[in-house]
Amino acid sequence: MRKVFARPESMKMFFRQFLREIYQLGVNSIPIVLLISFFIGAVICIQMKLNIESAWMPKFVVGYATREILILEFSSSIMCLILSGKVGSNITSEIGTMRVTQQIDAMDIMGVNSANFLIFPKITALIAMIPVLVIFSIGAGIAGAYAIGMFTGIMTPDDLTTGLQYEFSQWYIWCSIIKSLFFAYIIASVASYYGYCVEGGSIEVGKASTDSVVSCSVLILFADIVLTQLLMQ
Amino acid sequence: MIELQNIEKSFTGQNVLNNINATFENGKTNLIIGKSGAGKTVLLKCIVGLLTPDRGKVLYDGRNVLTFGKRERLMLRREMGMLFQNAALFDSMSVLENVMFPLEMFSAKSYDEKLQRARFCLERVNMLDAQDKSPEELSGGMQKRAAIARAIALEPKYLFCDEPNSGLDPQTSLIIDELIHDITTEYNITTIVNTHDMNSVMGIGDHIVFLADGRLEWEGNKDNILDSSSKLLNDFLFSSDLLRKVKERGGK
Repeated sequence: MRKVFARPESMKMFFRQFLREIYQLGVNSIPIVLLISFFIGAVICIQMKLNIESAWMPKFVVGYATREILILEFSSSIMCLILSGKVGSNITSEIGTMRVTQQIDAMDIMGVNSANFLIFPKITALIAMIPVLVIFSIGAGIAGAYAIGMFTGIMTPDDLTTGLQYEFSQWYIWCSIIKSLFFAYIIASVASYYGYCVEGGSIEVGKASTDSVVSCSVLILFADIVLTQLLMQ
Repeated sequence: MIELQNIEKSFTGQNVLNNINATFENGKTNLIIGKSGAGKTVLLKCIVGLLTPDRGKVLYDGRNVLTFGKRERLMLRREMGMLFQNAALFDSMSVLENVMFPLEMFSAKSYDEKLQRARFCLERVNMLDAQDKSPEELSGGMQKRAAIARAIALEPKYLFCDEPNSGLDPQTSLIIDELIHDITTEYNITTIVNTHDMNSVMGIGDHIVFLADGRLEWEGNKDNILDSSSKLLNDFLFSSDLLRKVKERGGK
């Protein structure tokens, strides 16, 4: 850990790596985040409509419940669980392959702090990009809910808008972002650790990739309980 | 000059290196040869600092690396260049970026000077035309040449090559051998090559160390290696049909 968080030997190279990781880990994840969030937003809307529809319930409750689920759990926790599969396995396999093909040894021989050069930009880039992905996810989920409301006619956009705006608390958005920052750190650091410590060949890299996704998922779920308890009290 | 004094290394109770003493002079291509499992790679890793010997000294121009602190070790590593068995070029970078990498990390020169140095190194290994290609677009021999260019970018005092000819055809192997030998004499570098390629032994072996079962069995050069009385060395040298037949014909 001390090696990872040391001062970079060359700030220019660090920023170059940082921008590369912003693109690779963050920008490249935007399409999958938008796609999944759009459809899940739509599905949540349908499920709410079907399951809590009652003469005693105002129609806007569907929009309200959809918003709360998206902001409080889906766009932070569940989206990060999905990202731990995409981004986590990407990080582990990239660093693991570098390890087994001696590229990390080559850096060490040159006197480069390989852990700092490879891992630190990934952690900082993912932490920098995750709030953007969370906001995109919330936006796409709400768009999905509107789309399903309009195309199937299960509810009017006005009812949905009323529900989405009902007793809105800005703090919930911040909670979502704060949680996602912790999850981003878990994904980048755990996945990097598994990749950096690989020994052997391609089979071991594959196994490390799977193990890192499992470990990230378990840690995210555990951290979710703790953070939700702390932030929502 | 690199000196090894009483180097010993064992793994889980099994001795891999036993009391190795050797001197590798600068300006010479020093070869470490031996069968697979003889301890060549472990010895090279002990020399470059990827492994720490259990006993003994590794002296770089009289400085014992095993007593070095972290900072001194890092500084020494910037005086080293290494060519790995599979070239170990960075996949995410082009050939030019690979050669620029050590310069960008450690050189205080301006960008133009670094670029000029990287291009000079690529030209030295006849790879300037491939500077914009990525490593996977290169053949094995080209990857090795690019890796040599990267290894010499910071004008190292010590060059280490781990099986530089593995996976290459005999003609390409000769080109790589000549390149390593020329660079060694041209820049007066202390070069240590870990190999079991007999063409390298006979072509560039200014100083040869033969390891057998973790012991230094024989030491000499390409001119006297064929006259050795060591049975283990002779068995190793003439293990190929081609060399055995050449020897038999020479004997007649």
